[in-house]
This record gives sequence, structure tokens and C-alpha cells, in this order.
Amino acid sequence: MELASRTSNPAFPTMLSGDIIREADEAHAYTTGRKTVGSPFVDNPRMTCRDVEVYYGEKCAINKISIDVDCNEVLAMIGPSGCGKSTFLRCLNRMNDTVPSCRVIGEIRLDNIDIYHPSIDVVPLRARVGMVFQKPNPFPKSIYDNVAYGPRIHGLTKNKAELDEIVETSIMKAGLWNEVKDRLQEPGTGLSGGQQQRLCIARAIAVSPEVILMDEPCSALDPIATAKVEELIAELRTQFSIVIVTHAMQQAARVSQRTAYFHLGDLIEVGPTDKIFTNPKHRLTEDYITGRFG
Amino acid sequence: MYSYLLPCILLFSTGAYYWGASRANSIAEASGGMRSLHSLPSHYGMLTALSSALPALLLFIIWQMVEDTIVTSLVAKSLPAELLQLSANELTLVLNEVKNVAFGGFGAHNTAPAIQTAADLYLSTRSWMRNLLGMGTIFCCLVPAVIAYRSINKDLRARNLVEGTVKIFLIACSTVAILTTLGIVLSVVFEALIFFQSVNFSDFLLGLQWSPQTAMRVDQAGSSGAFGAVPVFVGTLLIALIAMAVAIPIGLLAAIYLSEYASSRMRTWAKPMLEILAGIPTVVYGFFAALTVAPLIRDFGQSLGLQVSSESALAAGLVMGIMIIPFVSSLSDDVIHAVPQSMRDGSLALGATRFETIMLVIIPAALPGIVGSILLAVSRAIGETMIVVMAAGLSANLTFNPLEAVTTVTVQIVTLLVGDQEFDSPKTLAAFALGLLLFVFTLFLNFIALRVVRRYREQYE
Ligand SMILES: Nc1ncnc2c1ncn2[C@@H]1O[C@H](COP(=O)(O)OP(=O)(O)OP(=O)(O)O)[C@@H](O)[C@H]1O
Ligand SMILES: [Mg+2]
Repeated sequence: MELASRTSNPAFPTMLSGDIIREADEAHAYTTGRKTVGSPFVDNPRMTCRDVEVYYGEKCAINKISIDVDCNEVLAMIGPSGCGKSTFLRCLNRMNDTVPSCRVIGEIRLDNIDIYHPSIDVVPLRARVGMVFQKPNPFPKSIYDNVAYGPRIHGLTKNKAELDEIVETSIMKAGLWNEVKDRLQEPGTGLSGGQQQRLCIARAIAVSPEVILMDEPCSALDPIATAKVEELIAELRTQFSIVIVTHAMQQAARVSQRTAYFHLGDLIEVGPTDKIFTNPKHRLTEDYITGRFG
Repeated sequence: MYSYLLPCILLFSTGAYYWGASRANSIAEASGGMRSLHSLPSHYGMLTALSSALPALLLFIIWQMVEDTIVTSLVAKSLPAELLQLSANELTLVLNEVKNVAFGGFGAHNTAPAIQTAADLYLSTRSWMRNLLGMGTIFCCLVPAVIAYRSINKDLRARNLVEGTVKIFLIACSTVAILTTLGIVLSVVFEALIFFQSVNFSDFLLGLQWSPQTAMRVDQAGSSGAFGAVPVFVGTLLIALIAMAVAIPIGLLAAIYLSEYASSRMRTWAKPMLEILAGIPTVVYGFFAALTVAPLIRDFGQSLGLQVSSESALAAGLVMGIMIIPFVSSLSDDVIHAVPQSMRDGSLALGATRFETIMLVIIPAALPGIVGSILLAVSRAIGETMIVVMAAGLSANLTFNPLEAVTTVTVQIVTLLVGDQEFDSPKTLAAFALGLLLFVFTLFLNFIALRVVRRYREQYE
């Protein structure tokens, strides 16, 4: 129960191991209606979210969510459409700031610094928490310039050689190098959808972020490109923390260490991926995973 | 009879539409439902209507074009012998008089009897021909419609026929636009060619003096006139440059503010406010320039010890720049706004600031549209006349000094053509040469801009 003392919210059910307290936990979930089941917290988190609420105007899209993102883990977020996965993801690097009607309440910390604190500048924050979008959105520039964009605006390199180096390693890490090494000066928009998505990943990792947020990065890709991106995610985990939203439960099972299930703005259950998929504790999770969700 | 033809055609074809559609409907019922028809009933109706209206309209239009020629030539044949022996020019005059009398114009009381009979003949010929036309049109309305109606069956490819006709109609419309342009250009070219018979082309193009005042009488002083276009074009460029120097930065920055920084409420009222600038009549800008800005500049210049003439290129250019701000800002705002949000998100998510995003991603992506808006503004600036007439003067000084009075191509064209002119003197024809040169110049500008856009465009999907 060491974890319980760490959170300021006493209403929070905190568990060490799902199986031991499964019954009690389920009862709790049913009585309070919407408290997270499972293990949303870890020992040395990279990011911590506490009681995060998001409103679009008057409408509540996220309802008091608390969860941690571990170092070097892939955290998958699943849930039915419209349940607020993208909204929550976009809170983590404050991309919601671009939506005028959006209001975020609660506390989100990156390496123990409150990222919504008034003194925090979003520009360096977004350099540390990168994002890959659902639809590939390469800039209408050359492949090289796409990847070099981040390092250039942040002044990460002193000369052309260093920049070349960063561009090359980023594209390599994204598994795209062999396909584009001869056409770096051609427009990035001329690539295929899967290549574009990997280009966007290369663009995101070129600024060496600490956390990478991915919003359904494979929804527009064919199985082969998807497999490549998944391989890439597994590899990126050695350096970064990754939060990925996905509708493909197979994908969540393949790439992630922990899985979080969202439902209508609530975080229903968080747990080790194999546990969530084989032995979900909450009925809603179970319904969703077994396809009974209507 | 005659004036009823068009409504008649309309009526007939409307009727034909319902007629054809109802036949298609009954065929559909007879042969087991709508799906057995090749096309929708409305297509069959449309086909019937078109085959009723098109031939009739065609006949009508052709008749409109040739009526006068046919009737006149018939009348001319029946003129008395002594009139027929006149020369072609005089005959035309006589025939014109005949028509004047026929249309109840002037001089009806004391006309020669021969003319009077010819006029009567003209009217009677025209009226029986029009009756004939009326019958022909009705015939053209009915017969093809009946043929089309009878040919309706469930396999008739009415949709394809109707859509083919629509396509031809669209092509015809665009051809009209192209031909009109061509016609204007050609007429300018021909007049300009006549001008170049009396003035050397290279003198015109490279001459440094512009004083088109040719003498009426041979013994008048300064009878030769000088037609060097360079000062006029330099004046145009100078003023256009000043105007663009005002309009491009202000317009572009306003567009960036409107599309990227302003709240949507701000945008909805600020944008129309800016566009009002484009709606102010240029005359108003003209007297604003001449009565407010020019004296201001002159006084300010004098306080600095500069020689400023009371009509200056600077005054005209500044005011013109203000006038064309909305051309740049409004169009640029639209194209910047059209850049997908995903581009902005992509850049912001990499930790770019808003300004970096605008400069490095948004503007390059919107560049073709921005250049387009600037081009439009340039052509406006080059074509603008009123402000220049009022604020920059008429004297064709060859100067690059914005504080002096200059003149522009359009202003010169206006001054050459206002008032009573003889259309064979070089003075008048010079206007066409100037117009042609201006046209070539703007064409060239467009060409350059197109190349620039192709070179630097960044295409987003
Ligand atoms: N910009 C916005 N303005 C208003 N409401 C929004 C906005 N974006 C999202 N919402 C609302 O917030 C809720 C959560 O949306 P969100 O996009 O986070 O869902 P999601 O879980 O990502 O769904 P999906 O799986 O379909 O992507 C939805 O009800 C949605 O209608
Ligand atoms: Mg989403």
C-alpha cells in the first residue's frame, strides 16, 4: 500500500496486484461508478496525471483521470470511439491549447514539473513530448527538410554535417532509410501513406523527445507498414516512453506493456497488457475486449 | 408574333419536358418498374425539351444575325435604276436613309418617294419574313420534340445524350469568353499596327520623350509629337512599386493576423471592414490623394528642405497602396486559412512557436495563393487611373524620384481618347499601342509569377 500514500486522492483504489483484490475492487468500481480499476501508478513515473478533467465548452470530455506513464514503456490506450482517448493524449503535450473552447483542469507532471503551471512555456515542453498524428501530416517540404525541421527550429545542431547526421539517424530509426536515402530532396508528400507516417515518426524523434504520443498511428496503414511501425515502436521504447492510442486490440497486445481502457470520459481500468487482455477486472473492459460492447 | 417567339419556345419546351417524362413513366410502369429504364424519367423529359428548344433557338439566333442583311439586300435589288448606279458608299448611305425612314426616324415628311417606297418595302419584307420565321420556329419546336417523344423507349440512352448536350453548352460558354478576349486583343493589335505605320516601333518602345500633342494644322509649332513610351511606363512602374510597397507588407501581415491570431469573432467583423476599402470608389481615393495626402507630403517634404511638387508619384502610390490592401489581405487570408490544421498541429507538436509555424510551414504552403493575390493587386495598381489623374499629374517626366509628378499608361490612354478625336491620327492610335504594350507587360508579369509559384510551391494534400 505504499502507492496509496503517494496519491493525494484517497478515493483512489490503488492496487499492487489485480488478482488479490479483484472482488473488492469490482465492488468498489460498481458503487462509485467510475473509479479506475487496476494499477494506474508506477514507481518511477516519467509523467504523472492527477484528477485530469477536460471540458470542451460546457461539455465534459475527460472526467477526473489519474494515471502514470512509466519510463521506457509503451502505454496503450483503448476504448470506444468518442471516449476521450485523443483528448487525453493531447493534454500530455498541451496540444489542446490550440482548441479555443478546451479547458484542462487537474495536474499533469513531466519529470515532476507541472506542465500546466503558468510559468511553463509550451514550446520546450512540446519538444520533450513529441506527437505523431492519426493521419500522416508531412510538411509540403522535402523529406530532408521535414526531418530537419525540429532540429533547425530548436537550434540543436551547429553545422550542416551534424544536421545531416541527425536526419540520417532519425530516418534510420524510423526504418525508412533504405526507401528514401536516394530521394531526400523530394517532397515528403510524394511518399506512400505508410512511408509518410514513418517520416512523421522520424520527424518526431529527430528532436529527441522523452515521451512520444501516438494517436492511432497505424489506422491509415496496410498490415506491412503497420508491422514496420510496430517494430519501430518496440525499438523506440528503449529510449523513449510511448503513449499510443489504438483501436486494434491486437496491436495494443503486441506493442504495449500496460493498457488503459477508457469509457465515456472515464478511465475504467489500467493494468499490464497481458492481464487486461486475458483477465480484465472490470466488466466494461471485459465487454469491450470480448467484443460485447454495444 | 416576333416578340412572342422566345416565350413560346420556353412554353413548348416546358410542355415537352412533362410530355417526355410522363411517357417515360408510363413505359416504366408497363415494363416493370423504374429500374428497367436506362435513364431517369427526368432525363427523357429533358431530352424531349432540349430537342424542342435547341433547334428553334438556333434558328432564332441565326435569323437575328442575318435578318438585316437579307432584308436590305432584297430592298436594294428593287431600288429604282438611277439609285442602283450609285457607288457602293453612296448606296449604303441611301439604304441607311431607307432604314431610318422605315423605323419611323427623322425626316419622314420630306423624303423622296423612291426612298419612301423602299422603306415600305423594307417593312413589308421584314414582316412577312418574320411571319415565316415564326412558323419555322414553331415547326422546329414541335417536330423534333415529337420525334424525340416517339423514340423514347426503355433502352434510349437519354442520360448520356442530355449530359453530352450540357457539356457542349458548357464548352460553348467558355468559348465565348475566350473569343471575346481574343477579339479585344486583336482589335487592339490592329489599331496598334496602324499606329506603328506612322511611328517607328523602336522609337515608341525606347523613346525617352512623350508628348503626343500633334498639330492640327501643318504650320503649327511642335507638329511632330514624340511617342516615346519609356517615361510613361517608368511612371506606371514607379507608382505601382510604391503602391505594392505599401500594400504587400500591410496586406500580408493583416492576413496573417486575421487567419492565425485573431479570434473567429474578431475575424468575422475585421475582414469585411478591410474589404470595405476595396469598395470605396477610386474617385474618392483620388481626391483624398490630391487634397489630403499630396499637400501633406509636400508640406512635410518642404519642412525637410526637399523639393516636392504638389502632385507627386508618392501621394498617388501611397493612396493606391491603401486601396489595394484588401486585395492582398482578403485573398491571402483565405488561402492561409485553407492550409489544413494538421500542418499547424504537426509543426506545433514539434515545439515550434506560432510564428515559426507561420513562417516555415503556413506561408510556404499558401505561397501560390499569396502570389496570386499579389498579382491581382499589381494588375489593379497598373490599371488604376483615377487616383493617378488626380494626384500624380499628367506630365510625362522621365524620373525615378517619387517626389515629382509622373504619369501612367492608363492616364495617357484616357487623355488621348477623351474629347473629339479623329481616329486616324497617331495621337489617337498611340492609345492602342500603349494599351497593347500594357497588355503584353501584364502578361509577362503573370508568366513570371507563374514560374515563381511553380518553383517554390509546396503542395499539401
Ligand atoms: N474540438 C472539439 N470541440 C468539441 N468537442 C470535442 C472536440 N474534440 C473532441 N470533442 C469531443 O470530446 C469527446 C472525446 O473526443 P476524442 O476525440 O478524444 O475521442 P476519441 O476517444 O479519440 O475517439 P476516436 O477513437 O473516435 O478517435 C467526444 O465526445 C468529442 O465529440
Ligand atoms: Mg481519436
